[in-house]
Amino acid sequence: MSKVENNKAWWLVLPVFLLVAFSAIIPLMTVVNYSVQDIFDADHAVFVGVEWYREVLLNERLQESLLRQFIFSFTVLAIEIPLGIAVALMMPTKGTMASVSLIVVAIPLLIPGNVVGTIWKIFGRADVGLLGWGLNQLGIDYNYAANPLDAWVTVVIMDVWHWTPLVALLCYSGLRAIPDAFYQAAAIDRASKWAVFRYIQLPRLKSVLVIGTLLRFMDSFMIYSEPFVLTGGGPGNSTTFLSQTLTNMAIGQFDVGPAAAFSLIYFLVVLLVSWLFFTTISEMDKDK
Amino acid sequence: MMNYSKSKVAGLSLYVLFLLVPIYWLLNMSFKHKGEVLSGLTLWPSNFTFDNYITIFTDPSWYMGYVNSLIYVALNMAITLTVALPAAYAFSRYKFVGDKHLFFWLLTNRMAPPAVFLLPFFQLYSSVGLFDTHLAVALSHCLFSVPLAVWILEGFMSGVPREIDETAFIDGYSFQRFFIRIFLPMIRSGIGVTAFFSFLFSWVELLLARTLTATEAKPIASVMTRTISAEGIDWGLLAAAGVLTILPGLLVIWLVRNHVAKGFALGRV
Repeated sequence: MSKVENNKAWWLVLPVFLLVAFSAIIPLMTVVNYSVQDIFDADHAVFVGVEWYREVLLNERLQESLLRQFIFSFTVLAIEIPLGIAVALMMPTKGTMASVSLIVVAIPLLIPGNVVGTIWKIFGRADVGLLGWGLNQLGIDYNYAANPLDAWVTVVIMDVWHWTPLVALLCYSGLRAIPDAFYQAAAIDRASKWAVFRYIQLPRLKSVLVIGTLLRFMDSFMIYSEPFVLTGGGPGNSTTFLSQTLTNMAIGQFDVGPAAAFSLIYFLVVLLVSWLFFTTISEMDKDK
Repeated sequence: MMNYSKSKVAGLSLYVLFLLVPIYWLLNMSFKHKGEVLSGLTLWPSNFTFDNYITIFTDPSWYMGYVNSLIYVALNMAITLTVALPAAYAFSRYKFVGDKHLFFWLLTNRMAPPAVFLLPFFQLYSSVGLFDTHLAVALSHCLFSVPLAVWILEGFMSGVPREIDETAFIDGYSFQRFFIRIFLPMIRSGIGVTAFFSFLFSWVELLLARTLTATEAKPIASVMTRTISAEGIDWGLLAAAGVLTILPGLLVIWLVRNHVAKGFALGRV
C-alpha cells in the first residue's frame, strides 16, 4: 500500500505537534538553559558552561546510582521477558476462561505505583505481612527495611509482579495473530513443541517483543514510586534509583544547575540505549 | 491446533496465585480493625469491618482524591484521543515533509523520564496559571500518552485498506463525515486499546501528578500519605484506600477485554 504525497497532512499533525511542543520542547529548553548557568535569583545568573556536567559526571553518588539503575533494569528485563512469554503460552485461547485469565493477568498493571509499593510493604513485613512472616517462620531472616539484599530482591520481585503482565499481554495478542494454518502445517510435519515455539511462535512474536522490551526498559529506567514507598531508597542508598536521586537533588536540595545537567545526561542515556537496541534489531533483520 | 494440557493449567494457576496473593492480603487487611492488624497475623479478618471504607467514603478530603485522579485521567484520555486520531491518520495515509523525523521525535518523548521534566513543568504551569488544576496534570501526562497513542492508532489505521477512503470520497463524503461516520467505527478496537493505555499510564503516574498539584486537584496518591502519622501507619485504612484504587482499572479492563487480544497488532517496528 503506497502512501500519497500530500503536505496538507501537516494540518492533521499540527495539534499533536503543538501539544507536544508545549509540553516537551519548552520544558526541555528550560532544562538546557539551567544546565549551563549558575542561578542566584531571578535577575542574577552566570554562564558556567559545562561545569555542572563535569561536577555531575564526577559525582560518586550519581555514578553508583546509574550503575544500580542498569543492574536493576537488566535484571527485571531478564526475568520479565521470558516469564511473560511463558505466561502468554499458558493462557487459554478460547471461551470464558480466556477473558477471565486476560483480566486477572492485567490486574497488576492497573494499580498505581505507590499502591504497588504499599501492597508489598504490607505483604513483606515480618509482623503483619504474609510473606515476611512466612519467611521468618521458615527460619530465613528476612527484613527488607534493614538488609540491602532483601530490599533488592523485594524491589525486583515487586517489579516482576507489576510489569510481567504487560509482556504477557503483548505476547498473548502476538500469538493470537498466528493463523491456524501454521500449526496445522507443523502438525503434518510432526514438529516437536519446541520446534513449533522456536520456528513458528517466536519469530511471530518479534515485533511485540521489541515493543515490550523497549517499554519495559524505558519504564524500569524511570522507576520511582514503587521503591520510594517500599524502602524509601534504603537501607542506606541500596535501592535509590536514578529518578529518586534526581528528585532529591531538584526538589530536596534545590540544586537547579546540577539537577538540570543530570536530567539531560539521564535522558540521553535512555535515548542511547533504546537507539542501540533498536539499531541492533534492525541490523539483524537485514542480515536475514 | 494447540491442545490445552494439564501442565499449562498448573503453570498458569501458579502464576495467578503469585499475582493474587499480595492483592488478597491487601483486601484482607482492609477489612480489619486497627487493633487486629497489630495484634498478630490472621488469614481472615476475625472481626469483619467496613470502618476503613466508611472513613474514606464519608471524608471529602479522602474521596475527593479519587475524584481528582479520575478527572485528570479522563481529561487526558479525551485530549489524547482528540489530537492523536487525526495525526495517526496522517501518518498512516500520507507522505509529507519530515514525517519520519516527526514520528521518531514523538516517540523519544515517551522515553523521557518524568523526573527530568519535574522542575520545568512546575515552573511552566505556574507561569501560565495552571498550577494545581486538573488540566495541568492532564496536559503533562500527554507527554507520554500522545506518542504511544499515535503509535498504536497508526498501526490500526494502516490495517484498513485505502480503497475504503477512496470509495467514500467518490461517493461524495466530506473528510469529516467520512472520518467520523465510517473510519472511526472501523478502528473501534484500536480506539479501545489506546484509551486503555492512556488510562493505564495516566492512572499509575504519580510523580508529575503530585508535583503539579497542591490542594484543589490533589491526586489520591498524595492523600494516601496521610495514613502515616506520628503513631505509625494506619495499615487498615491504607489497605482500604489501596483496594479502591484498583477498582476503576478493573472496570476499564472489563470494558476493553474483547479488544485487547486483537488489539496490540501494532503496525510499525
